[in-house]
Amino acid sequence: MFELLGIPPQALFGQLLIGLINGAFYAMLSLGLAVIFGLLNIINFTHGAQYMMGAFVAWFLLNSALGLSYWWALIIAPIVVGITGIVIERLLLKPIYKLDHLYGLLLTFGLALIIEGLFRNYYGSTGLPYSIPPQLAGGHNLGFMFLPNYRAWVIVFSLAVCLGTWFVIERTSLGATLRAATENPTLVQAFGINVPRLITLTYGFGVGLAALAGVLAAPIYQVSPLMGSQIIIVVFAVVVIGGMGSIMGAIVSGFGLGVIEGLTKVFYPEASNTVIFVIMAIVLLVRPAGLFGRAR
Amino acid sequence: MKNGTVRLGTWTGAALLVVAVVLPFVVYPVFVMKALCFALFACAFNLLIGYVGLLSFGHAAYFGIGSYVTAYTVKAWALPPELGILLGTAVAAILGVVFGWLAIRRSGIYFAMVTLALAQMVYFYALQSPWTGGEDGIQAVPRGYLFGVLDLNEPLIMYFFVLGVFLLGFFIIHRTIHSPFGNVLKAIRENEPRAISLGYKTDHYKLMAFVLSAALSGLAGSTKSLVFQLASLTDVYWTMSGEVVLMTLVGGLGTVFGPVVGAFIVITMENYLARYGSWVTVIQGVVFVLCVLAFRRGVVGEIIAFVQRRTVRAPSGATPAHAPGE
Repeated sequence: MFELLGIPPQALFGQLLIGLINGAFYAMLSLGLAVIFGLLNIINFTHGAQYMMGAFVAWFLLNSALGLSYWWALIIAPIVVGITGIVIERLLLKPIYKLDHLYGLLLTFGLALIIEGLFRNYYGSTGLPYSIPPQLAGGHNLGFMFLPNYRAWVIVFSLAVCLGTWFVIERTSLGATLRAATENPTLVQAFGINVPRLITLTYGFGVGLAALAGVLAAPIYQVSPLMGSQIIIVVFAVVVIGGMGSIMGAIVSGFGLGVIEGLTKVFYPEASNTVIFVIMAIVLLVRPAGLFGRAR
Repeated sequence: MKNGTVRLGTWTGAALLVVAVVLPFVVYPVFVMKALCFALFACAFNLLIGYVGLLSFGHAAYFGIGSYVTAYTVKAWALPPELGILLGTAVAAILGVVFGWLAIRRSGIYFAMVTLALAQMVYFYALQSPWTGGEDGIQAVPRGYLFGVLDLNEPLIMYFFVLGVFLLGFFIIHRTIHSPFGNVLKAIRENEPRAISLGYKTDHYKLMAFVLSAALSGLAGSTKSLVFQLASLTDVYWTMSGEVVLMTLVGGLGTVFGPVVGAFIVITMENYLARYGSWVTVIQGVVFVLCVLAFRRGVVGEIIAFVQRRTVRAPSGATPAHAPGE
């Protein structure tokens, strides 16, 4: 077998794969954040908690009397968590749209504390195992590395979800309405479109996306109440790097930064936790509006 | 209208000072010392959010680094406490220069996310560095002798030392916000483009306010590490950043005494709820949500608004408490 800079290829490609998977989660979460921010002007701090809720719903379904499998969870979890999101939007977020954006951040931060605290009360801080669905167990030997089927599935599926979201927003008439409402809600309302309902559904959709990422993550990481707060800060850095102006930007920077993080684990493991933050600092110096962002 | 508030402020200050002197004889001194450290921390944080309109979500970084540097230098280098605290404050200030210089390139929501992410770097640094002791932190930090004579192991001497540090920090903040410099900061908060067009280099002002805030947060952290004789990962974790936001929000953003009152409320609450474990987090979250939805002026902000209504006796006389970034 060949070696690359003294790194065995299994380690290199293995970390690259983990990087791509983390990148898939970063992409899905930052995509949801960007869509929500576009219409609500709120940075959804609860996003991490909602990702965690997605994983927990999958776990509940499997361990409930019904014993619903992973495949059901992929459909049910985003809907359930999305509905809780819609309730949150109607009851709590709606009254504060007219206030400074920062209040939205504070409110959703408080919600994240509530949700995380409740789950920690009942399930402690240790993770609950969630096994890989039998259809996706095992893997393929590609010659230079071993590719577990489930990981390949996560990458392909999340890429499809991201690109599908991009297509809907950038290429369909529904997406055109959404983008118009982002630019000028009053005018869109004047054209007879129910903007408040659009806002509610958008929040529900963004939150559902986070829950979907949570279901995908459940078999890879353990289902833990802390999984949300661990990822959300990194996702914020991803959002600062990419800028929230562009959907494709969120997808590209999510996957790209995941890969960079994975490679850092191979070449300089000590920095793997902080590399995304360092990149954020550099981007702030060179292009403060973000790589794909417009100054707002 | 202004007079009423100022007179009220002076009287409150005097009353609080009397309470602060009497309190250690009534309540457990370590509890009051803890509250004072957090009160200073919240005041330092409030300087940014309340007077410049910048919401930092990463103030744990400066609090934590101050705590670690003081704990380490006092324990490993056997520095006297006053030097340890000075070093902790200085390192926090330097960190504030670097992070502030990066963060002020963005404003609003992005500023909050950038400061949060930068602070998380400090957390990972503290987790991995050999000198910070990883998960254990730095324990059994000696309090030592202040200026070589005053034994800080005596609870009352330590208490009045902490009170002195707090008053010094509070005085610095008070002077800052009532100086011409402070007025420029408020101008930036109200209307930054206008301040720029008036010829102020707003980035310089923001950075100076940021560094001052970071340094005073470091001072609070340094003092805290001597009070508890401990520097730990809790000090630099993002939950600490959230806690200081909560204290300031509860007390009243942009009020002089608000953060102090907020810190005492939150610390007391945590003290009584400590045995309920994770419920503390839930209750903190509920308080956050309630404050944002219904109680944005905070305790002190509500009192000021009430007094102003009474003094002016006109419904329009009460100015709403300043919202951040408005």
